[in-house]
Amino acid sequence: MNIEQKLAVEDLNTRYAEAIDEDRLEAWPDFFSSDGRYLVTTAENVAQGLPLGIISATSRAMLRDRIKALRQANVYEAQRYRHVLGTPRIEAVNGTLRARTSFMVARIMHTGETTLFATGCYEDRIILDGTGAQFAEKTVILDSRVIDTLLAIPL
Amino acid sequence: MTAHTSPHQWPAEGLSRVPYWIYSDPDLYALEQERIFRGNTWNFLCLEAELPQPNTFRTSNLGDMSVVVTRDANGAIHAFENRCAHRGALLCLVPRGERKEFACVYHNWTYDLAGNLTGVAFRRGIGGKGGMSPEAKPERHAPRKLRVEVLAGLVFGTLGTDPPSLETYLGPEIVSGIRRVMRAPVRLLGGYSQSLPSNWKLYMENTKDSYHASLLHMFFTTFRLNRLSQKGGLVVNHNGAGHISYSMAADVAGSEYEQAKMRSAQDGYSLDAPELLQSVDEFGDGIGLQILAIFPGFVLQQIRNSLAVRRIVPQGLERSELVWTCFGFTGDDDRLNELRLRQANLIGPAGFISMEDGAATGFVQRGSRGAPRELSVLEMGGQGTSSEESRVSEAAVRGFWKAYREQMRM
Ligand code: FES
Ligand SMILES: [Fe+2]
Repeated sequence: MNIEQKLAVEDLNTRYAEAIDEDRLEAWPDFFSSDGRYLVTTAENVAQGLPLGIISATSRAMLRDRIKALRQANVYEAQRYRHVLGTPRIEAVNGTLRARTSFMVARIMHTGETTLFATGCYEDRIILDGTGAQFAEKTVILDSRVIDTLLAIPL
Repeated sequence: MTAHTSPHQWPAEGLSRVPYWIYSDPDLYALEQERIFRGNTWNFLCLEAELPQPNTFRTSNLGDMSVVVTRDANGAIHAFENRCAHRGALLCLVPRGERKEFACVYHNWTYDLAGNLTGVAFRRGIGGKGGMSPEAKPERHAPRKLRVEVLAGLVFGTLGTDPPSLETYLGPEIVSGIRRVMRAPVRLLGGYSQSLPSNWKLYMENTKDSYHASLLHMFFTTFRLNRLSQKGGLVVNHNGAGHISYSMAADVAGSEYEQAKMRSAQDGYSLDAPELLQSVDEFGDGIGLQILAIFPGFVLQQIRNSLAVRRIVPQGLERSELVWTCFGFTGDDDRLNELRLRQANLIGPAGFISMEDGAATGFVQRGSRGAPRELSVLEMGGQGTSSEESRVSEAAVRGFWKAYREQMRM
């Protein structure tokens, strides 16, 4: 890993979290490669070797569908997130980068109620080429097995 | 005071009215724990597959009481209170594992996998001093044992003094609805919990409310994947405790998927990845959706190839935990396994067609908080609890209240 790679990963992480927190969800799928994978699961499932996801997408198209559904179909109370990300630990493995980043996400309801909604880590595979950085794979491993009420906005 | 305003007395209109104090009365909460969850009801504890071999255990609940479910060295399944005979500490502090005995961490009293007290530390004291008198009978305070029955891989338990057999409690239609889904040995796929901002009863009513499905959950209608012609029905059992709501898959052969693709050129309301809806008719009967719920707190779900058990754990008057466990079968091929995992996007706290349920029950809790003496109206499909072809009915919700009133003697 070199310093440019480290900066590129940190920049990707920052822009990713910012897009979600600022409700630019239509931009969210573009942080992934076209066959990018996105899995939200729990540390408990991972420890038991169980494959189930709370969200599990295997293409950018599936991520677009999720945002369309959120905007046009699903019913939930207005809410926002605030991500706080740790410093990623990065490893370069034949051309792709693997990054592990801790996160905490606060959820701010329209009522003003603010709670610590999720903590965990991102385990990412990142492709870095001339045009920029994208997630080929992002696994969101939640520390807790419990989600409060619902998980509408992606983590 | 009129009849329906006095606490714990049901409105004169019967099952077509539900008083809002039922979700907000703290005395009622304790009474429900005793009469329903620790009474003559059958409570789902876990999948048999969660106890994969001898000397394994997992914790579960009877209402808000913790219980331990075990498979002993001979393969027999037991369940007992997670409470030490000595001072009442939890006996088991982890959700699952392998163990030959349980030792309480507080003073090291030990138990076998059937919940029998097998050892009291320093029972005879040390060097002839201290300890218990030879007449003491601490075994009398041992954790209460549940009666356990296993039906098609589902483990149920009861603490009731006089419960009917599980099959009698459920009735033949519910039993066959269970056997239909539990068609082979189970393979666990994983789980999670959803913390619901509502009384446990609001979630169980929601699962028995076949009327809300196409109205609250807009995913299928927005993407025009619903067919009005979809046939189905609603089954409510004799005591109201069990129900099945089902509908035929619009088109199990996959033309629904093709149609979704065709529409994509015409408007924005289409899926970019319609493979989400690909499914196979693994049960061979064309039924695409079957929701089966059993009073007080169990749901068995088949949404296409997405199979799950859910159980509700009351956590006080206005909070409950919904525990989801998703599964397939040991004989599943890679393709079916993949379908199950992909269709899991439809369910759970982030599910395209179920995320709303967690919020909706909270809306009722908050909306009715200031109106304990008012009544909610359950008149879709009449006033009774009989099975019917139309799912535009609240018959199964009325069935819930029938079972509730029977157990609560209300
Ligand atoms: S409370 Fe369990 S041994 Fe004392
Ligand atoms: Fe629902």
